[in-house]
Amino acid sequence: MMLWNLIKEDRGGQILLLLLAIAIIAVPMLNALPPDHALHIPTYTVALLGKYLTLALLALSVDLVWGYLGILTLGHGAFFALGGYVMGMYLMRQIGERGVYGHPELPDFMVFLNWDSLPWYWTGLDQFWFAAILIILVPGLLAFIFGALAFRSRVSGVYLSIITQALTFALMLAFFRNEMGFGGNNGLTDFKDILGFSLQARETKVGLFVASAVALALGYLISRAVIQSRLGKVCVAVRDAESRARFLGYRVENVKLWVFTLSAMIAGVAGALYVPQVGIINPNEFSPLNSIEIVVWVAVGGRATLYGAVAGALFINYAKTWFTTELPDVWLFALGAIFVLVTLFLPKGIAGLFRRKEASA
Amino acid sequence: MSQARLLDEIKDKNHVFSFMHTQQAPTLNVSKNVLLYLEGLSVSFDGFKAINNLNLYINDGELRCIIGPNGAGKTTMMDIITGKTKPDTGSAWFGQTINLLEMDEPAIAQAGIGRKFQKPTVFEFLSVRDNLLLSMPEERKVFSILTARLTGEQSDRIDEVLEIIGLKEQTLLQAGSLSHGQKQWLEIGMLLMQRPRLLLVDEPVAGMTHQEMDRTAELLISLSGKHSVVVVEHDMDFVRHLAGKDRTVTVLHQGSVLAEGSMDQVQNNRKVIEVYLGE
Repeated sequence: MMLWNLIKEDRGGQILLLLLAIAIIAVPMLNALPPDHALHIPTYTVALLGKYLTLALLALSVDLVWGYLGILTLGHGAFFALGGYVMGMYLMRQIGERGVYGHPELPDFMVFLNWDSLPWYWTGLDQFWFAAILIILVPGLLAFIFGALAFRSRVSGVYLSIITQALTFALMLAFFRNEMGFGGNNGLTDFKDILGFSLQARETKVGLFVASAVALALGYLISRAVIQSRLGKVCVAVRDAESRARFLGYRVENVKLWVFTLSAMIAGVAGALYVPQVGIINPNEFSPLNSIEIVVWVAVGGRATLYGAVAGALFINYAKTWFTTELPDVWLFALGAIFVLVTLFLPKGIAGLFRRKEASA
Repeated sequence: MSQARLLDEIKDKNHVFSFMHTQQAPTLNVSKNVLLYLEGLSVSFDGFKAINNLNLYINDGELRCIIGPNGAGKTTMMDIITGKTKPDTGSAWFGQTINLLEMDEPAIAQAGIGRKFQKPTVFEFLSVRDNLLLSMPEERKVFSILTARLTGEQSDRIDEVLEIIGLKEQTLLQAGSLSHGQKQWLEIGMLLMQRPRLLLVDEPVAGMTHQEMDRTAELLISLSGKHSVVVVEHDMDFVRHLAGKDRTVTVLHQGSVLAEGSMDQVQNNRKVIEVYLGE
């Protein structure tokens, strides 16, 4: 009942959650059909869909701060990548003696660097529960510290966007360094299993897909709960007339700080689900371009709707997969063209198209 | 603080450090019947003295009109009172106990000073009702606004204010779709919801029709008594209407008070005539 209240007036959200529920049931069933069956979904596609869903969750987290708070974050990829790295570290610890060098404790790249013991920050990460906590805590903490500094000193607008870019760029450079103990430019890869299940197994891939869909649905409901509450209205108020909100007695910086932190945590979860499905995490995930691309997904999908961000991420990433296999050279031009066309003809994005229909009906 | 004293404090096991005291705003005290004290205020921007040794006292429950030519420092004065600008020198006290210069905008707003901007500033994407809802002074902490629920009493209060500002029909409309005058009224309504002790109103009738002006004047006059109201305005007819025979009008010029008195006195003041008519 409470859940229904969250999406009662949210047509797009209802459809999204319905589709996710159908996918959670149908995709594993269709995947289990014999390979020559017409409706069979190959495992490869299931993993691909799972990846899309994690990216959609990432887009959702960006829409929460950009769409509703007006913070144009160009560094959200950093929180995604941090969540991914924590998961990567857990997966590395699961490899155990099966690495190339057969060391019982050290990941291959550490053996290669002649290290004799694990750095302190790798301790405990062989435990899934501990990794799960860090997946939320590490991006959340970084966002909290970053936000406390930036929002208290009232950095906003373009300046804030530039600082978020700097943040993710700095992290990228740091993670490229071998001394950091995160595998340098090769990152973390060659994962074997998660929670004891082989990552190569069909069932694990389907399981990860379902987990991603559930995470997206939960992420959607949590974001929606924030937006529907009075806090959500205050967010919109801050976005549209920040000084008015201040003169009404709201501590604007605290509102921004907590929503930004929540958003970073959601992004971290998305990253953690992304890594086992693509099998690698490396510093390129921190690249500033990635973070800009997320903003494009949200813009294409439609800002400040939540479901629009999901639609945009799915659409652009599907297009990316299609183009990079069929017409690899054309992809970046196509992305640019989509962005320009959407800005010109669909200023409210894909969600705007949907809303117009809703309004005329 | 000297290092020796700090050391002593650390050694003293009964010492309670200042950061352990919860910061509690002192309660408003208007026993001297003066609500706002501005004394010796000066502020300059890049060498330009926007406010120059300004002294101003507002009584509890008073309706005060402030006039002055462009650049007289009217808006800067409001910025100082509401915490947006910090003065170079001088003091600003709210009642006997609250030092405004030590507080930031939200703290000052919570202490009971409301402000209406020159340009009507409402939350355009929210409904008229939500604009008023957010102006209620009750919840301000992030987690209490996350879980806040509207009580019946609060809802009644919103309806009451909607009635006063004449926007009952527009309750669910987006504030952005209101006319200019309606937005001015909505902003005044937001101030009413806030229940401030002191209302700072910057050019409330800009862009209003004569009828709307009259209604605004009536409203502001009815508010004085319970609240202190400071109105900054350019429109002389409106000020004359507001000030009537016996209310005080203050004329600002080049950042300080040029004249103060009833409307008649002020209008016949030689210095005021010089400033306004040039020579």
